[in-house]
Amino acid sequence: MAPENKIDKKKMVVVEGSYAVAHATKVCRPNVISAYPITPQTHIVEDLSQFMADGEIPNCEYINVESEFSALSALVGASAAGARCYSATTSQGLELMHEVLFNISGMRLPVVMTIANRAVSAPISIWNDHQDAISQRDTGWLQLYAENTQEISDMTAQAFKISEDKDILMPSMVCMDGFILSHVYEPIVLLEQDLTDEFLPAFEPDYILDPKNPMSFGAFADPNYYTEFRYLQEQAMQKSLKKIEDVANEFYDVYGRYYGGLIDEYRTDDADIIIMAMGSIIGTIKDVIDKLRDRNVKVGLLKVRSFRPFPAAAIKNALKDAKVVVVLDKNISLGLNEGALFTETKSSLYNTKLDVPIVGYMIGHGGRDIKVDLIEKIIDEAQDVMKTGIKIESQFTDLKEELL
Amino acid sequence: MKSLLAPGHRGCAGCCDAMAAKFALMGAGEDCIVINPTGCLEVMTTPFPETAWDVPWIHSLFENAAAVGSGVEAALKALGKKQNTKVLVMGGDGATLDIGMRSISGAFERGHDLTYVCIDNEAYMNTGVQRSGATPYNASTTTSPAGKVSFGNNRPKKNMPAIMVAHGAPYVATTSIGYPKDMINKVKKAVDIEGPTYIHAHAPCTTGWGFDTSKTVEVAKMAVQTGLWPLYEVEEGEVTKVRKIGKSIQPVEEYLKMQRRFSHLFKMEGGAEEIAKIQALADKNIEVYGL
Repeated sequence: MAPENKIDKKKMVVVEGSYAVAHATKVCRPNVISAYPITPQTHIVEDLSQFMADGEIPNCEYINVESEFSALSALVGASAAGARCYSATTSQGLELMHEVLFNISGMRLPVVMTIANRAVSAPISIWNDHQDAISQRDTGWLQLYAENTQEISDMTAQAFKISEDKDILMPSMVCMDGFILSHVYEPIVLLEQDLTDEFLPAFEPDYILDPKNPMSFGAFADPNYYTEFRYLQEQAMQKSLKKIEDVANEFYDVYGRYYGGLIDEYRTDDADIIIMAMGSIIGTIKDVIDKLRDRNVKVGLLKVRSFRPFPAAAIKNALKDAKVVVVLDKNISLGLNEGALFTETKSSLYNTKLDVPIVGYMIGHGGRDIKVDLIEKIIDEAQDVMKTGIKIESQFTDLKEELL
Repeated sequence: MKSLLAPGHRGCAGCCDAMAAKFALMGAGEDCIVINPTGCLEVMTTPFPETAWDVPWIHSLFENAAAVGSGVEAALKALGKKQNTKVLVMGGDGATLDIGMRSISGAFERGHDLTYVCIDNEAYMNTGVQRSGATPYNASTTTSPAGKVSFGNNRPKKNMPAIMVAHGAPYVATTSIGYPKDMINKVKKAVDIEGPTYIHAHAPCTTGWGFDTSKTVEVAKMAVQTGLWPLYEVEEGEVTKVRKIGKSIQPVEEYLKMQRRFSHLFKMEGGAEEIAKIQALADKNIEVYGL
């Protein structure tokens, strides 16, 4: 049972999602921020730059790098030197970082990076989907997805605490839907400095670049050693499953807000149909569920907060009584005709005793609006699956046939 | 002087990288942090779990050493640990002026307090002697081989020191591992100057260039004595010091014939004309720098 959120309405202010993230980052007391501007991440780095210009982030250096590749590369050096490190990017910028993503994770540097999720080129698109981050799912970064601006703000502090834990030491991507969350103004409670100091301990790594105690970082590993580095990364990912839950609870204890740990559930108790999704689409789905529940359609929502690590056990437990599962993906693995959340959910249930039909819908590519009636149509089709079985396992949802 | 690069690394006999790294560390001293991109120096000194480095050392990727150095410098500043600690980047020619060009350009434009030493052995040695932007005119490499219709690499070296001068670096110098005192002193001078400083060290590679392992220093000196590799310092954009060759000046043939990578020039028809073109490059240096 999820704890009830205790939001002090007197503390609420109307801010842009990007400001909420920048403010959250500020109160987490970063030492080095390194970022390159790219739409729709720009407002975050502009707000952080203004904080720097106003002297509001003590003991911090902001590096205006010449590319996303260098943005993250600078944080390799800074994190290894003992600095709490932050960056933000999206889409093409994230894809340009690909090589550095593996490197940071392999070196076990707990960098935190906001991703303002956006489609990838070609064709070039500045609008939201999840293809950018999903395409980086094997790089060894935790990936957390937020539903709204309050959650992305709060998730930022949680990510530092999870990543920097000495049992974890893995970097995190904190994902927010580009424009839909990054540019929206909503009333939220900004993270308080005193509470954040209580919640998030100082970053004090055991091993740093220090002339008084010289150590070598980033040695090459021959076949006698490489496998164990990979194994230890995976072990840290598995440990982070519990850490994400623990930190969500610790966050609730300090701030009084909770959004689920690895997953969250909405009206799933007696649900025949369970919809799975990540990000800002969650709000739309909840509205549709409320409407259909009034018509006695037994539908619920499984919100996935953590895509990496993949919460297989939590998902299985949440789906155990469902009669049909519908997975919505704002991405596609080309050549498989499936979105990643769909594929991985199916895969995680294979070899288990849970035998429930699962269908996948790819939706909202390149920022196409996801309207209430489209979700309703998907739920109608799910009711047919319950009666007659799966006809189409995975499909595009919102194709305009007239353009093909 | 204590060597901060321990013996027992996996470098070849007569390895230029080992000499260059040792000299650079003699100049920088032990209160430094070294950033090393992928390449021979990185591979031969740090096969896990061993290391040859007696200073803190970090390797990230091939093309990002200057950016990593930027981050180290920023972290030291933010954490109040900068004081006298020097940030020293040491990378090969490929890692510096080919694949690392964006990274070094950004770091120098931003003005980080670091010293970048390019150890230039004029090709991708770690992967088997492929051509780089620093490969000299007519050198035969595995990707610019001499053949029936080719004299080898058909372009002169990229003038990287000039590019770094154009970035407004307060100190840019060329040096050679054939002149250890010159290199040590220039690195020492560079690390003591605030801001981004650049040293370009010419470093003959016994394996890649094709000469006996005992001849590394002799080949390095000959490059300087022919005028093909002028030694100079540029401070605040002005050439302030040049190492004169004077009467010991040598024709380029003396340098070329020491190395297998130029041997085709002495066998092929038209080779003499090609050698004359290389002599013209040396003559230009002699004129420009008053060698």
